[in-house]
Amino acid sequence: MLLSQFLVLGAALFAFGVYGLLVRRNIVLILLSVELMLNAVNINLIAFESVLVSPEAIGHVFAIFVITVAAAEVGIGLAIVLMIFRNRKSANVDDLNLMRW
Amino acid sequence: MVEISQLLFAAEKIHAGDGGWWADTAGIMLVLPFVAFLVILAFGKKLKYKGGEIAVAALAINLVWATVLLLMNANGGVLDQTTFEIGHIGSGLVFELGWVVDGLSILMFFLVNFVGLVVFVYALGYMKDDVRVDWFFAAFSLFAGAMLVLVGAPNLIQLIIGWEGVGLASYLLIGFYWEDLDNVRAGNKAFLTNKVADVGLILGAILVGVSIGSWDFGAIDVAAFEGAPELAAVATAGGLLLFFGAMGKSAQFPFHIWLPDAMAGPTPVSALMHAATMVTAGIYLMARMFPLFEYMAQNVRIVMIVIGTVTLFGVGLLAIVADDIKKVLAYSTVSQLGYMMTAIAAGGYTAGMFHLFTHASFKALLFLGAGSVIHAVHSNNMSDMGGLRKFMPTTFWTWVVGALALSGIGLSGFWSKDEILATMGERGLTVVLWISIAGAFVTAFYMARATFLTFFGTYKGDGQPHESPSIMTVPLVVLAVPAAVAGILNIPGLSLPRLGNFTEWLAVRLVPMGDHHAEAINFGLAAAGLGAAVLGVVIGWLIYYPDKETQLQRDSFEIPVLFPLLRKKYYIDDLALGIVALIKGPLARFVDWTSTYVIDGFVNGIAGLVKVLGVFVYDTLDQRGVDGVFNGLSAAADGAGSVVRKWQSGRVQQYAASFVAGALILVVLFVFVI
Repeated sequence: MLLSQFLVLGAALFAFGVYGLLVRRNIVLILLSVELMLNAVNINLIAFESVLVSPEAIGHVFAIFVITVAAAEVGIGLAIVLMIFRNRKSANVDDLNLMRW
Repeated sequence: MVEISQLLFAAEKIHAGDGGWWADTAGIMLVLPFVAFLVILAFGKKLKYKGGEIAVAALAINLVWATVLLLMNANGGVLDQTTFEIGHIGSGLVFELGWVVDGLSILMFFLVNFVGLVVFVYALGYMKDDVRVDWFFAAFSLFAGAMLVLVGAPNLIQLIIGWEGVGLASYLLIGFYWEDLDNVRAGNKAFLTNKVADVGLILGAILVGVSIGSWDFGAIDVAAFEGAPELAAVATAGGLLLFFGAMGKSAQFPFHIWLPDAMAGPTPVSALMHAATMVTAGIYLMARMFPLFEYMAQNVRIVMIVIGTVTLFGVGLLAIVADDIKKVLAYSTVSQLGYMMTAIAAGGYTAGMFHLFTHASFKALLFLGAGSVIHAVHSNNMSDMGGLRKFMPTTFWTWVVGALALSGIGLSGFWSKDEILATMGERGLTVVLWISIAGAFVTAFYMARATFLTFFGTYKGDGQPHESPSIMTVPLVVLAVPAAVAGILNIPGLSLPRLGNFTEWLAVRLVPMGDHHAEAINFGLAAAGLGAAVLGVVIGWLIYYPDKETQLQRDSFEIPVLFPLLRKKYYIDDLALGIVALIKGPLARFVDWTSTYVIDGFVNGIAGLVKVLGVFVYDTLDQRGVDGVFNGLSAAADGAGSVVRKWQSGRVQQYAASFVAGALILVVLFVFVI
């Protein structure tokens, strides 16, 4: 198997996520970028597990943890986004500068 | 150190026993008065006689021991010593406490306890309605206890402890009525005069003790008897210093000035002080150290004789002009102490101690009689008295017994004074002998004056005097018995059944005393002494007996020059005051100068230094140093805060960018650097 192909895929996905995180202004899209980055990590975990045949290689367990955490994160994140949108009539992060000195 | 074998050796020579159980437990006499002192202080106020019964009980128990020991000593002799080591200097000088039981200490045990008991009982009546009765009896017990520690001392150190204890107790009792400043001054005078002399005692004790390596009296006696060269080297200086100490306590000229002032205390105190405790301490010390003076320091005796003779005559004269009845007796005590000192100095160990013995009974009797009179008249002055023999018959008759004994007419004083005269005669001290006989005349004269002014003529005081209660008169009668008959104890050549002879009692010592005591009565000297005394009484009777209208006229007899001089007490008090004043002025100015310039300068200097230091600490360390550090720290925090807070922009994507940048840096570090 070509481990490097999976790693390139993971890195590309992670890079897209970072890019989306830094340049998108919509909060929902930023959250989606974070999901991309998490899935890039999942791909890495599964790829390494399939290469390492040892019984201790349990990358898929961590992948399931990450999916679970991502689901919870999206749940809370979207709830916060919803509340912010209701209060400020906007989902643009440039408008969300209350938490400054 | 006296070895036990040495003690036994000496005991065999004079066939003395060791006193058995009674001597082994004799230390109880030294302890009981102190127990009484503490018990009275703790519970005295609640008791019927304010603690007086405890003081009496302690001395009554003591008297049992003293009497048994006295009788044992009279029947064969008792010689014993019990000591406990308290500490030591190096390996040589041992410091011990304990008690010595020999002829001399047994006599003093008996005397202190007997006279003390009688005076304590008398004080129960005399002090009945007085202030601070419990404190009086507590201090009184302390007085007796300290004297017993002194006379029971087996070494010079314990003697000094008792000596100072007696001084302390006398100070407390002389200043007993401290509400009156004069009494406080009298107490101070007694204490300070004694303190001056005590220096001599302490130096003498150090000198003698260090020279032979022991303070034990037995060791000193043996060393003196055997002529130890190391003791001989210091004998003269040590003897002089010890005598100097004895001069203070026994009120020898010119240290006699404290004793008349000591009359400020309650009368029972005077009685005890003059009879058994305090003033006899000096004589006792001389008797205790007698071997030193007998075998070694003979040249000191000349000084002792001169001082003693001046005291017995010169101070005796002062009694002629005193108006205070207690001061008459005080001067007479000083005079009699002069007799004792002269007698011991002349080698009459027995004669001096015998006079001390008889004097104790009749002088206690006279003081208690005077106290009884004062109790009735409420005045110390004979010019307020007169005619009291009708009102106070018991006091009068016992007083007459005491006065005759003191004057040396027939009763106990005759025998003891005659023995002193005989000693002087045998020693060839002709001048001293004649002065002593003249002193006997003076004694009889002033006692006749006191008797006639107090008990004859008409009453001049206020109110109606009455006889004292029986608790006061019974002690008078009890004391009148030995005052009358004690003389038969030491009639030369007479040995009483069961009692023996006073000379034998006192001879029970570790070494032979080698004293000079008369083997037979010297009728010539006895007649001279008796004649002088009778002449004194007769002249006193002629001058003071005729009953003129007023007391002042009766007391108007005057000898030019002499009497004014006597009234000024030979200016010795003034001289002492003058010396003190002479030293005091420059000393005070010196101390003032020292205080102003040296001590104040020092203090001010320290203060200035502290001030400069304070300014330095405040300005430099506190304001600049400590404050600077904290101000700098806060300014730094402030500045850092103003810079760093700008980073908190509130822009989420900026934070995310920083996070990513940081992560990238870490990646670069992990991958390429590490």
